Amino acid sequence: MTRRLLATAGAAVVLAAAAVLPDPAWAQANEQFMPVLVYRTGPYAVNGIPFADGYSDYLNMLNERDGGINGVKLVIEECETGYATDRGVECYERLKGKGPTGAALFNPLSTGITYALMDRAPVDKIPVITMGYGRTEAADGSVVPWAFPILGTYWSAADIAMNYISKEVGGVAKLKGKRIALVYHDSPYGKEPIPVLRKLAQDYGFRFDELPVTHPGVEQKATWLQIRQNRPDYVLLWGWGVMNSTSIKEAAAVNFPRERMVGVWWSGAEPDVRPGGDQSKGYKALALHTTGSGATAHEDIRRFVYDRGKGKGKREEIGEVLYNRGMMNAVLATEAIRTAQERYGKKPLTGEQVRWGIENLNITEARIQDLGLVGMMRPVKLSCSDHEGGSRARVHQWDGQKWVILTDWIEANQKMLRPMVEAAAKKYGEEKKITARDCAKTS
Amino acid sequence: MLYREAGQFKASYAADQAIFPIAQDRVLMAILLVVAAVVVPLTATQYLYTAILIPSLILALAAIGLNILTGYCGQVSLGTGGFMAVGAYTAYNLFIRVPELNLLLVLLAAGAMAALVGVIFGIPSLRIKGFYLAVATLAAQFFLDWVFARVPWLYNYSPSGSVGVPDLYVFGFPVITPTQRYLFILAIVALMALVAKNLVRSSVGRAWMAIRDMDIAAEIIGIRPLQTKLSAFAVSSFYAGVSGALWAFLHLKSWEPAAFDINRSFSLLFMIIIGGLGSILGSFIGAAFILLVPIFLNQVPPALGIPLSTATISHLEFMIFGALIIFFLIVEPHGLARLWQIGKEKLRLWPFPH
Amino acid sequence: MELQDLYFLIEVIIGGLMAGVLYSLVALGFVLIFKASGVFNFAQGAMVLFAALPVVRLIEWGVPVWAAIAAAAAIMIGLAFVIERTVLRPLVNQEGIILFMATLGVTFLLEGLAQQIWGSEVYRLDIGIPTDPLFLGEILVNGFDISVAVAAGLLVAALIAFFQTTKVGRALRAVADDHQAAQSVGIPLNHIWIIVWSIAGLVALIAGIVWGSKLGVQFAMTFVALKALPVLILGGFTSIPGAIVGGLIVGAGEKLSEVYLGPIIGGGLENWFAYMLAMVVLLFRPQGLFGEKIIERV
Repeated sequence: MTRRLLATAGAAVVLAAAAVLPDPAWAQANEQFMPVLVYRTGPYAVNGIPFADGYSDYLNMLNERDGGINGVKLVIEECETGYATDRGVECYERLKGKGPTGAALFNPLSTGITYALMDRAPVDKIPVITMGYGRTEAADGSVVPWAFPILGTYWSAADIAMNYISKEVGGVAKLKGKRIALVYHDSPYGKEPIPVLRKLAQDYGFRFDELPVTHPGVEQKATWLQIRQNRPDYVLLWGWGVMNSTSIKEAAAVNFPRERMVGVWWSGAEPDVRPGGDQSKGYKALALHTTGSGATAHEDIRRFVYDRGKGKGKREEIGEVLYNRGMMNAVLATEAIRTAQERYGKKPLTGEQVRWGIENLNITEARIQDLGLVGMMRPVKLSCSDHEGGSRARVHQWDGQKWVILTDWIEANQKMLRPMVEAAAKKYGEEKKITARDCAKTS
Repeated sequence: MLYREAGQFKASYAADQAIFPIAQDRVLMAILLVVAAVVVPLTATQYLYTAILIPSLILALAAIGLNILTGYCGQVSLGTGGFMAVGAYTAYNLFIRVPELNLLLVLLAAGAMAALVGVIFGIPSLRIKGFYLAVATLAAQFFLDWVFARVPWLYNYSPSGSVGVPDLYVFGFPVITPTQRYLFILAIVALMALVAKNLVRSSVGRAWMAIRDMDIAAEIIGIRPLQTKLSAFAVSSFYAGVSGALWAFLHLKSWEPAAFDINRSFSLLFMIIIGGLGSILGSFIGAAFILLVPIFLNQVPPALGIPLSTATISHLEFMIFGALIIFFLIVEPHGLARLWQIGKEKLRLWPFPH
Repeated sequence: MELQDLYFLIEVIIGGLMAGVLYSLVALGFVLIFKASGVFNFAQGAMVLFAALPVVRLIEWGVPVWAAIAAAAAIMIGLAFVIERTVLRPLVNQEGIILFMATLGVTFLLEGLAQQIWGSEVYRLDIGIPTDPLFLGEILVNGFDISVAVAAGLLVAALIAFFQTTKVGRALRAVADDHQAAQSVGIPLNHIWIIVWSIAGLVALIAGIVWGSKLGVQFAMTFVALKALPVLILGGFTSIPGAIVGGLIVGAGEKLSEVYLGPIIGGGLENWFAYMLAMVVLLFRPQGLFGEKIIERV
């Protein structure tokens, strides 16, 4: 009986404590609250961990080195989503009201969670940054004011990848009659590029195969047997987590040359190629930024964060692809806050103010120099109508030890993509009953 | 003292068969409803609504459904997530294709469609039992997941396969703010819980329990296994379907098939094991419990000055769920609901337990 | 061209059969435990992860391969002890379905524990299984698959020999036949359970090493348990040869369906195809292809 009573008491305490505690008891401190949605466990932790480390380390570095942004300290709180949409929503609801001014912005780090947050963000007036992922429609800021797929949507990615392939085969004209297969994660993330690839296939006359891989992608033999049968000239890989490394290994198993695989920028990191060992040699992927830890910002992270024992991850993992991706995300977020501070004052800002900062973000070459990120990223400038800020990526190749950059920056063909984005955004607006802003009138 | 039934005489059959034969229970239930419908809306924060109350009410509804099937009829199902998805996508398709349809009718249709699909996948239960059936219901889960990812008409040709709904109205009243959504869900869940409570007390419910306790014996005393099992599947899936539609329309608002994947099925099963197999109350307690444990782990250790890393917290969450399930199955197979019962028994005798 | 198609068909079937062997490795663990203790151990997938993680981490820390494997084996035997004490013994004589749900709890416990102790990243495991593609005439086969198939064959042979010829094996078979009768002739049930869970743990270890070499050791390995379930249904819960044959059927069936049906009705169907196949088989043979006939009495 005592055991039972103990259980009752324990359960009651859990229920009561959890229901009551979340009440934010914040002093009016000079702090900006930065929620971080992460996944450090589960099937996608492999990719989620380095990203989360990079993000937090950069914010911590700003705190340690500069005391935050213009004296406003950054308060970081992580929340585990496990890449699950409902958990992500729960995290969002829990964290959005924290801090003296509420959450500055969210990085959902999952296309599914992005979709769910895009409905909530306008209501709560909190911006959502989805750097290099998320919903393509959001690139049209006049319809979707609160979401920012900065540096590239999946439509841009698909176009860049095809652009690279066309160069490889010797020009767009040579694409005619070729066969391109897309091996994708069967989720909104993997499906995003399909409309653009279908259109390109029509325009350029190549044959396009769609090969879905079901979550989590541990068994792909059938997919790759189909590739062996169809003998496509190139394979585009749109995977995440264990699916990427499995794809590369299966490609090796059917003797498909890794040199003719091009992954999206989420399929081109160290955890994707390492499990394959030598089999991964030659594998190519898009790169949103450079790898390597030689930039001044990395130096500062080592000096101010790791030397003081505050690092989130392992020192030797600084500079890996996804670590740098996380860092870049943090750079965009903090630069947006800095921009907004110029207008609204050097104090903790609300999500609405930060949104203005993101929309007016302008990271110039000189600013990149100041940030200590030379060579790592390109200048970015957003506007009311353009929430993507142009999309450029390079192609890098795994040489067995490290990623080697192969090409210069390839730019997505906005002339073709932009009308598609606007049409999609219009449909989205109609579905959600949103009236578009008039971007000529906003300041 | 307070909880004593002495002097309460049941003078009619109706009184004897009441859901809450004891006056104190009726008062308690009334107070609970008043709190839920009046006090909560006056005091609750937005966080409480959107992160705790709304999801736990909706999941409790699905848990009631699963409890009818597993707790009352004894058929273990690992496919509840799939039936929720049927509800969600039926509702979505009706909503976009017949926009003038009332939201309540949409929900009803969602439940009906899920019930139909549930019956189809319930047919094997006539021949296969126990964990064979549990594995067979996984077929439903995976198949339905696949259908909603692969048949473009069902997700209205959305390029990414993710769908969403705009703000909703019922009879012209908006169901948009958390308070409005909460009250709407509360009304539906309360009503459906009442129906479920009465169903399991009826002859249908007793037939389910007979099948659960021993199906061959039940057959011998004249219960038809076909109708009984399939009716359990139908009712259970109906609840799951309505709950899935609510989950999609009023909680997530934008969703993809992954929102109803196998993890959803597992967590629902855990809810009824921990909450209490064969108990409507247990479904509510279990849903709230499963939802609150991760929040508790996130909030309480840091508040007590024990900072845990995010990874540790989620691993702990895994371990605690696992350990709790084993603990409850060994110590109290009837779950938290049974503990509540025991508490009531004690209260009856208190303060003179002799 | 027609010969090409035929070759391709053979390749698909071979590929499927090989994948099936991999599923069988996991399914074997289920069968062993079910045979001897009547428990449908859902945690077998988690045990695969739980066994593979220490191997890979210890090797990473400089422990020789054999020692790491031995250590993991010791861990799995220890785990069998703990599970017997804390889960099986208190739940003895409960219904099968209760035990099944308890192993769901064990699954979560192991998944959390394994990641907490050993880490949740991906770890490369290379114990020298060749991975290069081979050509037999026109037909491509995977070197890795062949090694695994041979290993699986040896494992099954060893298990059958163990069950048929050793004293412990006889006792295990007696328990599987009839718990009470076995107990009454003096076979200690608790010991038998520990032994059989240990063996299942060792099978999980082998499956873990094989799958770990294939996927890299990481959380996603636990999902292969879901792949093994239809194998189990198809082959019957109680038959070791059934697990192998079931695995082969499921493997070949799902690859054929994906390759030939996928392009027509939409890809990605191999996930549910095996389950549907298993369900259809169940409708006609509720005990699976090789299972013992279920006799129920009131």
